[in-house]
Amino acid sequence: MAEVPRYFPRARLAELISVVQRAGFRVIGPRVDQGALVYREIDGVEDLPQGLTDEQAPGHYRLAANGTQRHFSWANGMSAIKPFVYAPRERLWRVDRDTHGIHFRPLMSIAPRTAILGVRACDLSALILNDAHFLRNLYPDPYYRLRRENLLLIAVNCSHAASTCFCASTGDGPEVSGGYDLLLNELEEGYLVHSGSPSGDEILQKLATARPSRRQLDQARHQLDACRQQQRAMPPAPRLTGLMSRLDHPSWDAVAEQCLACGNCTAVCPTCFCHREVEAPALDGQSSVHRRDWDSCFNEDHSYLVGMLVRPDIKTRYRQWMTHKLATWQEQYGRSGCVGCGRCTTWCPVGIDFVAQARRVLEDEA
Amino acid sequence: MSVANCYLPWEAEIVERTQETPDIFTWRLRFTDPEIARQYTFQHGQFNMLYLYGVGEVAISVMSGDGSSLLHTIRAVGRVTQAMMDLRVGDRVGVRGPFGRGWPLFDARGQDIVFVTAGLGCAPVVSSIRYVVANRPDYGRLVIMQSVRYRHEALWAPQYDAWRGLPDTQVLLTSSRDKTRWPLWELGRVGVLLDQADYDKNNCYVMMCGPDQMLRDTAKTLIEKGVPGPRVFVSLERNMQCAVGHCGHCQMGGKFVCKDGPVFPFPEVAALMETEGF
Ligand code: SF4
Ligand code: SF4
Ligand code: FES
Repeated sequence: MAEVPRYFPRARLAELISVVQRAGFRVIGPRVDQGALVYREIDGVEDLPQGLTDEQAPGHYRLAANGTQRHFSWANGMSAIKPFVYAPRERLWRVDRDTHGIHFRPLMSIAPRTAILGVRACDLSALILNDAHFLRNLYPDPYYRLRRENLLLIAVNCSHAASTCFCASTGDGPEVSGGYDLLLNELEEGYLVHSGSPSGDEILQKLATARPSRRQLDQARHQLDACRQQQRAMPPAPRLTGLMSRLDHPSWDAVAEQCLACGNCTAVCPTCFCHREVEAPALDGQSSVHRRDWDSCFNEDHSYLVGMLVRPDIKTRYRQWMTHKLATWQEQYGRSGCVGCGRCTTWCPVGIDFVAQARRVLEDEA
Repeated sequence: MSVANCYLPWEAEIVERTQETPDIFTWRLRFTDPEIARQYTFQHGQFNMLYLYGVGEVAISVMSGDGSSLLHTIRAVGRVTQAMMDLRVGDRVGVRGPFGRGWPLFDARGQDIVFVTAGLGCAPVVSSIRYVVANRPDYGRLVIMQSVRYRHEALWAPQYDAWRGLPDTQVLLTSSRDKTRWPLWELGRVGVLLDQADYDKNNCYVMMCGPDQMLRDTAKTLIEKGVPGPRVFVSLERNMQCAVGHCGHCQMGGKFVCKDGPVFPFPEVAALMETEGF
């Protein structure tokens, strides 16, 4: 928080949302759905959670009232913002057949201009990793690019860490450090707001704001400091490469006994990128659509090769997930693929603790 | 490859089809767009994604040719390739590519060349054997070692006989499951051929393809015999769906086999090939 932010009271959050909507964006924000927070389209401030916090633990997620007026006094929800850039199902192209042959046509739907409100530090870090994978690649992905270019990111610094959070140890949070258009700090009575881009400036200019008081600035700083005191810490990245020299460690067998290979962890992880290509021929036989759907290295056929599976059992699949995320990702993109959001631990139906498992393999006592 | 959309195939016509064995066939393809046909080039060891209408795509190494006459030899083993068996001359398919890193044929000029293949999946190597044969004066000795399960499965047998007659060229063949030993054939796995091969260990390039285990064992033996590790190259097979480093299926540790390979200097992948699951 280098430059001085501006301040607006809580009642004016509705105005921020309508300014963004008037600028031509659909607004995505946190919403309560089946007892958890997910990012969905919102019409206005009334769709946001209020006075709610999240209790997270391995295999456990619960929203509870916390007696405040705050909209963002929780750590994170089940879905990250990944689905808005890397769609769970993306139609890639269509092919039509006639007497002359077959004709391919890309299916590049016009991505709606999308503002996401409530983006967390960990999810912004994950977005930078998604960019590295899909855009700073020998073959940039045109579908991802289209969605990415139409995003407006309104981040919110965390004021509350869940027991599963460890972004402080991975260096990805709880404070947002860049990559946003607007950044909010939620206070008891309102918001501090920073702009991080020309689009952010434009929105901010249309909003009535004031100079924050010293007390308000202090409140924001104290919240972040409290949030940095997290209960879990991932060992530092250079230690994590050691997983690759412990591929025979007995704790891989132990975790395979528990793991159901359901793929929940890869589905909620904000950095997993695997997908399968799927062909959907039309019933009349004259056309076919080629698409991609999210996949998981926990699926048996992820490693299918004619006549064999490279990873035939849960042990080799769990090991693929963990070693890729924490160790070999570093070889691919220069850092670990884990941003410390804790989702894989929270949403694991049998409560496998990702950090504890990494420590067990590394024989590293927390 | 199209810069605009790396996922979009081009249409190609099957202009010729040869049934090599009951389940192996070769297509000669021609891009229907003359501009694509003119621009298309590939390196030996690279692959294309071939698309069958309404069924899907499959990675197949490029055998030879250019955009107006592109050869692919395909074995009908999976869902897509089995359905491809039914296509006839004049039918249209989709093609995108070429993808990946090929064989170091340029760096290998002036050196002895050793090819080692096992099984039927040796198409990636056959294209470069043909290249070395066609450019014989640029290279030193040529040693070709091939193992199959049964002698009658040796798809490229007539070519072996022709290559055997070339100067400074050795063709060594073995079948691992035959009971009878035929003239010019050994019995056993590819390992039985390595001692007979005559090449300069310090001035050679080795290029291999086949099952992972054979690649690993042979590479280790050759390195023990004194061939420098960085001169041993292997072509790997993994599940490939996107071919552009996005879908994650072909990952082997930190490598994307589709774009960092499929051809690797053995030391880059040696450690991962030691452990099941990568
Ligand atoms: S591995 Fe787990 S904690 Fe790390 S980013 Fe993925 S879901 Fe979050
Ligand atoms: S291989 Fe597994 S851990 Fe790695 S990106 Fe794919 S699904 Fe995620
Ligand atoms: S085939 Fe998709 S990443 Fe290599």
